[in-house]
Amino acid sequence: MEISTPLTDDVIEQLHAGDRVTISGIIYVGRDAAHKRMIAALEGGDPLPFDPQGQVIYYMGPSPAKPDAPIGSAGPTTSYRMDPYAPRLMEVGLKGMIGKGGRSPSVREAMQKYKAVYFAAIGGAAVLIARSIKEAKVIAYDDLGAEALRRLKVQGFPAVVVNDIHGGDAYEAGQKRYRRA
Amino acid sequence: MAIMTTNHRPIVPIASDPRVPVKGARVREIPCDEITQTVARLCIEANYYLGDDVITALRRARDAEVSPVGREVLDQLLQNASMARDERMPLCQDTGLTVVFVELGQDLNIIGGDLYQAIEEGVRQGYEEGYLRKSVVDKPFSARTNTTDNTPAVIHCEVVAGDRLTLKVVPKGGGSENMSSLAMLTPADGREGVADFVVQTVEKAGANPCPPTVVGVGVGGTAERAMWLAKHSLLRELGERSSDPEVAELERDILTRVNRLGIGPGGLGGSVTSLAVHVETHPCHMASLPVAVNIQCHSARHKEAVL
Repeated sequence: MEISTPLTDDVIEQLHAGDRVTISGIIYVGRDAAHKRMIAALEGGDPLPFDPQGQVIYYMGPSPAKPDAPIGSAGPTTSYRMDPYAPRLMEVGLKGMIGKGGRSPSVREAMQKYKAVYFAAIGGAAVLIARSIKEAKVIAYDDLGAEALRRLKVQGFPAVVVNDIHGGDAYEAGQKRYRRA
Repeated sequence: MAIMTTNHRPIVPIASDPRVPVKGARVREIPCDEITQTVARLCIEANYYLGDDVITALRRARDAEVSPVGREVLDQLLQNASMARDERMPLCQDTGLTVVFVELGQDLNIIGGDLYQAIEEGVRQGYEEGYLRKSVVDKPFSARTNTTDNTPAVIHCEVVAGDRLTLKVVPKGGGSENMSSLAMLTPADGREGVADFVVQTVEKAGANPCPPTVVGVGVGGTAERAMWLAKHSLLRELGERSSDPEVAELERDILTRVNRLGIGPGGLGGSVTSLAVHVETHPCHMASLPVAVNIQCHSARHKEAVL
């Protein structure tokens, strides 16, 4: 299934855990340190560096771009570290997250409450994923280096729906199916 | 005749050892800039070129995997490795904290500087020239300021016989390192306790450390020696078993159990959760049974050179 950003409730309704999707449009990039600052901004009553309404955030810190390339290697980082911050961002309109690894019960509850989805990209497929990134720009927190907040233009970014708004979890379902322990 | 020491390293009687210089003979010298250049090259090569042993293991996993999604993930990882090689790009954006295992021949003289500084300078140059990500932050529990050159490395230095310098560079990603675990078991826990703890650690890690993983296990020694063994075991070539039959059997049993967990490639479900389990052991205190687990993601990167 091909989807484009920003995500609408219509599209989110149709997504189910385990669906393979390709994402096109603008996505934002932030990981540990950028999340900490974004939440601090919200707590201080300041605006975020981008309008989160309907947007998707990709948990990633790229390797440096070689000359003439938009970005370096660009695979997902492990998502649970962003769990303390994710519900607050969904509360202000964030509709999608891309990362790898499972999420906490409170993040999964927040996804159902605020109608948001969590996608996994394949960890370590960083060169392959970089091919779908056409433009990259640091939009805030430049001093954080690899952890700066970025805006990407992506075309056909490959991902799997892990948590949908219907309560599905692709990790749990997949692992249960093949478990023989 | 070789005598086994507590470090499991054979001691060759001095009289018959051709590596030991005769009194008055010229000592072999290695200049620091050669060490720096070598470390820089190894950092880049480890991050661009996945070892043939890992590629072979991923291909075998592709054939063995029962889940269609799992096979798809493995195909993508193989494709990614080939693209990284062709385009000279890091396999993963997380180019790691640089762990360097140094085996320093005792009959060798390092000239023109300090060994540790030469290694750090190699990391600095390799990460800059190779477009590798600088992932190291200082003040870990407070400011977490990026040091901007990926230093300091974690350097493990052992003094060995001979006049050679072996440098083994392991760029260790944060996602898999975060899944490390240590248990100070009791002697009564025994073999079963060791295996249970390793399997539980892998199960708890789930999709986080980028499976299919390599599971490094250290059994024995002290708390810190056990973790050193677990990390050191990751240097072993994939497909190679422990030379100790009872350890090799333990590795096989744990691997079987781990692959029944169903975690699978990318954590999306499947029959290949780990490519290998490597166990290293060391004698320990009669009161103890330390077990350390250090998980390596499928991007099992390490390169070495002997100077």
